[in-house]
Amino acid sequence: MSSLPDVVRIDNLNVTFATDGGAVKAVDGVTLHVAPGEVLAIVGESGSGKTVTAKTILGLLPETATAHGAVILSSKDGSNSNDVLAVSKQKLRQLRGTDVSMVFQEPSTALNPVYTVGWQIAEGIRAHGEFSRKEARTKAIEILGRVGIPDPESRVDYYPHQFSGGQKQRVVIAMALVLDPGLIVADEPTTALDVTVQAEILDLLRRCRDEFGTAIVLITHNMGVVADLADRVVVMYEGKIVEEAPAQELFSNPRHEYTKRLLGSVPRVGHGTTRATDRLAAREPDWADRAPVVVADNLKIQYPGRLGKPGFTAVDGVSFNIRPGEVLGLVGESGSGKTTIGRAIAGLTRVTGGSLTVLGHEMHGFKERAFKKVRSDIGFVFQDPASSFNPLLTIAECVAEPLIVHGRAANAGAARKRVNELLEAVQLPRAYGDRYPHELSGGQRQRASLARALALEPSLLIADEPTSALDVSVQAKVLELFAELQKEFGFAALFISHDLAVVDILADRIAVLYRGKLVEEGTGAEVLGAPKDAYTQRLLASLPVPDPAAQALRRDELRLLRAAG
Amino acid sequence: MTMLIETAPAPKAPLWTRLPVVHQLRQSVGLQRGMLVVGLVITGVFILTAIFAPLLAPYGYSQLRDDSGPFGAQRAPGGEHLLGTTVGGYDVLSRVIWGSQTAITVMVIAIVLSIFAGVALGLVSGYFGGWLDRVLVVICDAVYAFPALLLAIVMGIVISGGRSDLWGGIFAAAISITVVFIPQYFRVIRAETVRIKAEAYVESARVLGASNGRIMFRHVLRNATRTLPLIFTLNASEALLTLAGLGFIGFGIEPSSAAEWGYDLNKSLSDVTSGIWWTSLFPGLAIVLIVLGITLVGESLNDLADPRLRSRRAPGKTTAGVAGTSVVPGGTLNAGPGGIDGLEASSPASDQHPNDDPFEAK
Repeated sequence: MSSLPDVVRIDNLNVTFATDGGAVKAVDGVTLHVAPGEVLAIVGESGSGKTVTAKTILGLLPETATAHGAVILSSKDGSNSNDVLAVSKQKLRQLRGTDVSMVFQEPSTALNPVYTVGWQIAEGIRAHGEFSRKEARTKAIEILGRVGIPDPESRVDYYPHQFSGGQKQRVVIAMALVLDPGLIVADEPTTALDVTVQAEILDLLRRCRDEFGTAIVLITHNMGVVADLADRVVVMYEGKIVEEAPAQELFSNPRHEYTKRLLGSVPRVGHGTTRATDRLAAREPDWADRAPVVVADNLKIQYPGRLGKPGFTAVDGVSFNIRPGEVLGLVGESGSGKTTIGRAIAGLTRVTGGSLTVLGHEMHGFKERAFKKVRSDIGFVFQDPASSFNPLLTIAECVAEPLIVHGRAANAGAARKRVNELLEAVQLPRAYGDRYPHELSGGQRQRASLARALALEPSLLIADEPTSALDVSVQAKVLELFAELQKEFGFAALFISHDLAVVDILADRIAVLYRGKLVEEGTGAEVLGAPKDAYTQRLLASLPVPDPAAQALRRDELRLLRAAG
Repeated sequence: MTMLIETAPAPKAPLWTRLPVVHQLRQSVGLQRGMLVVGLVITGVFILTAIFAPLLAPYGYSQLRDDSGPFGAQRAPGGEHLLGTTVGGYDVLSRVIWGSQTAITVMVIAIVLSIFAGVALGLVSGYFGGWLDRVLVVICDAVYAFPALLLAIVMGIVISGGRSDLWGGIFAAAISITVVFIPQYFRVIRAETVRIKAEAYVESARVLGASNGRIMFRHVLRNATRTLPLIFTLNASEALLTLAGLGFIGFGIEPSSAAEWGYDLNKSLSDVTSGIWWTSLFPGLAIVLIVLGITLVGESLNDLADPRLRSRRAPGKTTAGVAGTSVVPGGTLNAGPGGIDGLEASSPASDQHPNDDPFEAK
């Protein structure tokens, strides 16, 4: 690209962690380099060593880690270069911020809540040279303006909680950019953000490269983000680099087997429509006339406010119904009320207005005692596989819990036969019943979670983002399993997700929520093929597709949409 | 959909290595292990001394004379009295050994009385919340403001009318400690309960329609008691200090009823200025050592329970293997609907994330 040296050059890096179970190697002989002004994406699944590799560039490894190899970091003008693994702590502090800086995954925890954002930016400036308070503030205002914070002169004195999630991430990026480093390491910079905000942050990162000439190491598991931003891609697997190629080439012609499978398991919008049509055709003729399992009529759910303040309306006049054996996909961004609806159907959150009928039982003002019988007909799959099992019970005991609670079995031992059947139904080996939840991986736990939800053969299943905590390849398998089980058991389902592509795979009908209101509802073909509502259009356009060329076109479309709306 | 695959259950460590303290001892390294071992040895010696006091002590705790006549007061260490005698003419060594019995009784009674009440109240208060929770929290905060020793004095007067016999003294100390400890257990269990109540597995039990009692005892209680051993050890040493404090200010147990270190220290006050060091040194040393020992155990358990504070052996340069299947949670790409082989190939141990620790069960 130019005569300047690479901003970072990693040579045969090995990182080993000391754990209770002995030493574990996280990175195994990684060699890579980043040219000035280049966006290098490191992709891989959790545990592939991508984050550890990136943190090594900043010398941010925990005490339990030992690193061998060389990480040569050069300043932006190429005047000096240092081996991060060899320099003193003091020198390392000088390098951080000036030569390399970091953008963290979770903007709300990366900012200190008790200081203004201006103070926090100035802190970074004043740590690297003689600046007066006033100069630092001027610089902070300037950089806030450049990352697209409106009215930076007054907002420099705002506290982090006064910004929205996307704006907070802009502030974090401003902090990273303020000393004009040659390299920014961005660790999953958009994972915690909604898809429409993600598109804006990706635009900003692109501007970082174009306007500031900053190279970016982008760590992500989202292939759509990679396609949107990256120039070159490194695929990591089990601590090793398995493939390295320019973005365009990687997506059009993946060479390594693992890359191919990784790309193959990325859900794409539009793939599920044919399946939904097939299912609809297979329904019995009187299906449409049968009594729905769930009917929501002008449903309102309000959370009580603090003393003297009005409550927060999470769901505001939503009407929908779920017919027997039908999968309704509920899509929305964080705060749209989708989880609240799911919890209300399961009786975990109280309905405050309108009407919600679940299996013929009115949920507005329900009594727990009267509802208990209905509960055996409802299954629930939770979002976080890590916390949805009691850590002190074995998987078999957890799966047997519904059977015991509803008197179908006296104890876990008596239920074991049925538990084994269930584990086999979700394709887990029987012996896994004797393991404890922490001995299972996330995907396996989510399978067990499905087994528990199906133990009583419910006629309604509520799945609250069941795959959002999983890696993309595992997600694909769990979704496939879900579809198979749905076909076999024939339960109706409410499938809650923030990801349109995921919902598209499973749902017969899709409902889109926006700020507590239902903005659009229809079959996958209707909602995704020809969205009528402006918000749905924006949501759909914001979703990055794993194809750099197509993504570039979509980016322009989104820009037009935003300008229009 | 009927795949019959039997696999051997995951191999489990032998039972004795999973016992609470043994597990931590095996897990610890370096300084932390040293601290734990020292603490355990001191505590062990203390407990053994208390159990075998009648065999170990050369004389009784209230013995003033033997066959050859009275012991004599303030005799220097050596000869028949290894650690000398006190101003009252008691054998110091025997008093120190017998004193461990009194100390351990107070600790056991204080903890037994407070732990059940504190845990039960904390569980109910945290789980149900509402007005009961608020009232209990206010009461506990009020009790915090009370000095333990003052309470112990009041208890001593109430229970035994100021006359200090063995059980009067022991219960005065134990009950006053109980009153102060209940809020501590209450606070810890309540906080854990409130946290666990929001965990998905408790919500999942609620969705199933499990009763409140079942959720509280099967799902919440067992997960909430993780920090108890730590408060337990720290409270034990505090109980001992309160007992000794009571004895020192004159509300302790009469020497004819039991041996008690605080009382001996009180009586030895005047000896110190006249160069008689053995009457105060040994009971004082006993108190310091036991508090130190128990606190060391408590602190090391605390550090070991927290993965961030726990030290580990540094890895060698070439010993480690790559963390095999942690790369693809949920089985390999071939597993699942495609086939079960991939799932089977992964061993349970390597499924864990490097930072996943079995003890730190989430």
